[in-house]
Amino acid sequence: MTTTVARSAIRAKQRPGDRIFTTATVVAGSLILAVLAAVALFLVAQSIPAFLAQPDDFKGEATNFWSYVWPFAFGTLWSAFLALIMAVPLAIGIALFISHYAPRKLAQGLGYVIDLLAAVPSVVFGLWGIGVLAPLIQPFYTTLVEWFGWFPLFAGPVSGTGRTILTVSVVLAVMVLPIITAICREVFLQTPVLHEEAALALGATRWEMITMAVLPFGRPGIISASMLGLGRALGETMAVAMILSPSPQVVFQLLTSQNSSTIAANIALNFPEAHGVGINILLGTGLVLFIITLAVNMLARFIINRRKAFSGAN
Amino acid sequence: MTATATSVRTPGGAPAPLTNSFTAGKLPKRSSLWVLLASWLVAAAVFGVLQLSGAVNEFNIAGTFFFGTVFYCISIYSLSYFVEGGRMAKDRLVTALVTTAFVLALLPLVSLVVTTLTNGLPAFLTPTFFNSSQRNIVGAGGGALHAIVGTLFITGTATLISVPIGLLAAIYLTEYGRGRLARGITFFVDVMTGIPSIVAGLFAFALFALLFNQPGIRFGLGGAIALSVLMIPVVVRSSEEMLKLVPNELREAAYALGVPKWLTVLKVVLPTSVAGIVTGIMISIARVIGETAPLLIIAGFTSSMNYNLFSERMMTLPVFVYTQYASQGASAQAYIDRAWAGALTLILIVMLLNGIARLIARFFAPKFGR
Repeated sequence: MTTTVARSAIRAKQRPGDRIFTTATVVAGSLILAVLAAVALFLVAQSIPAFLAQPDDFKGEATNFWSYVWPFAFGTLWSAFLALIMAVPLAIGIALFISHYAPRKLAQGLGYVIDLLAAVPSVVFGLWGIGVLAPLIQPFYTTLVEWFGWFPLFAGPVSGTGRTILTVSVVLAVMVLPIITAICREVFLQTPVLHEEAALALGATRWEMITMAVLPFGRPGIISASMLGLGRALGETMAVAMILSPSPQVVFQLLTSQNSSTIAANIALNFPEAHGVGINILLGTGLVLFIITLAVNMLARFIINRRKAFSGAN
Repeated sequence: MTATATSVRTPGGAPAPLTNSFTAGKLPKRSSLWVLLASWLVAAAVFGVLQLSGAVNEFNIAGTFFFGTVFYCISIYSLSYFVEGGRMAKDRLVTALVTTAFVLALLPLVSLVVTTLTNGLPAFLTPTFFNSSQRNIVGAGGGALHAIVGTLFITGTATLISVPIGLLAAIYLTEYGRGRLARGITFFVDVMTGIPSIVAGLFAFALFALLFNQPGIRFGLGGAIALSVLMIPVVVRSSEEMLKLVPNELREAAYALGVPKWLTVLKVVLPTSVAGIVTGIMISIARVIGETAPLLIIAGFTSSMNYNLFSERMMTLPVFVYTQYASQGASAQAYIDRAWAGALTLILIVMLLNGIARLIARFFAPKFGR
């Protein structure tokens, strides 16, 4: 902001303290990038033997790495997809309730309550899913198969324990709910008040105001929140490992005792006993999971960042 | 937003005839509450009749609330449709749905807390739970001391690694960072928050298995490294937000007094935002302390005490819960009880950390005069 004519740029005096401190922060920042690169590098290095493994190195009937990993990749995507179908509408509803329906004084406290769900460790969700949810929901599955068994997804025979992919998805949905809710809530609260008031002033009901002002403004936020939730659901390990009764094949049916397992759960279940090439194969599946989640997360962040640039919200 | 029904009186004092444009075409105040209660009562009556007739043997409370709420949605919609018109009807229906969504999300939380308390308390309250390990224990008895110690060691080390790196990186991003490196770090920190926890465990395993050339390596420090991979991005994000809140006037005042930049950061910026930063660190600890999968992979599990981070397997609380559940021995109930007690301990620790974080945030937050 100086208006004086400076012939040469004034340089701040370089003190040793400044040099050291600046270098330390730059190193710390770059270290983060290095760690991410190292994660990719070491996973790739350790999983190369998996791609060259012989057919009898694999558990089950798989003959090469891709036929081994495919059912697990399918199970990962399928369970995460089911979880999102349940979680996203619910999360939008909850976020709307907290941002636009609940009394102002209560709203923040209610937000904390939902955040508490995020604080519960996944292993506890696993215990809960197998001890409480699965027995509770099993009679409902039986009825569902009896009445709607003609629908391919609900085809029988019904699982007697309730440890199916649908139960897993319900638990996953509960686990990603607080993440999606938190982001949606923030985005909905950022809706320009003038837009909302303009809609109300034109005689819109609250729901019409939300569909006209809040939801269009928040759409990119909803999309990226869902993708972050998807990333979390894809990588969730313990709840799936504990609840699901797995079988190494591609199964679309939701209620039978034959379920596609997920990559993460398969690693957790088999890693403690794995040895030799078996370890490399599991690391290879981990690499596949890493790539899937990395892609999802990068896409989500890209959408969020793009939105930040165009909105005047900040 | 909701126009209240006000009755207009004529100057003569006699109530005007009912054609009041403000109240006409509106359901009375609190009508939705009454309709809700009525719907629940109807559902309760239906289930009560079912029970009395002997079709079902016990009164179905969950069913009452479920069908009562569904019935409420239908009745408030149709009632409002005929009195207030389609637009208001839709508004009322959505209000009902949105509120239901919130209540629905509370159900698992309440159920989870209640089950953990009821199932976990018996083993949690046994005196040996906090002063002995599982060494040589078959069936009931023993405790989780080895797991608690392991969790404290590993999480503590992870905190020691992540906090300096995360904090310095956050300082870089807010105070120094311009250009591509800063943008790259911001983007990849965000991406890193989404790394699945098990991948972090696999990374630590792959790293140390190559480094020490031991294909079956298991030790505590590896767990700490895996947890730091998960923890650093969280620390960076929360610290960055807090540092951004420090008003620029403070920095400029320090520069004007001739304070070097690094001292400005250390003596002015950090003390101003320390409460928020500590809160963020607490929350990030609470997040990683419940991680199971990476520790299962790189720290392994054992039933003995291990105070050495650098060698041998080390038990942690989440893994304790998982192994107690997964490998039940002769008397299965004892193992399940211990698993729930471990879960209760874990939830208590997490809640405690979150609570402390909120308290710090509330009492030590800088007060801006606005």
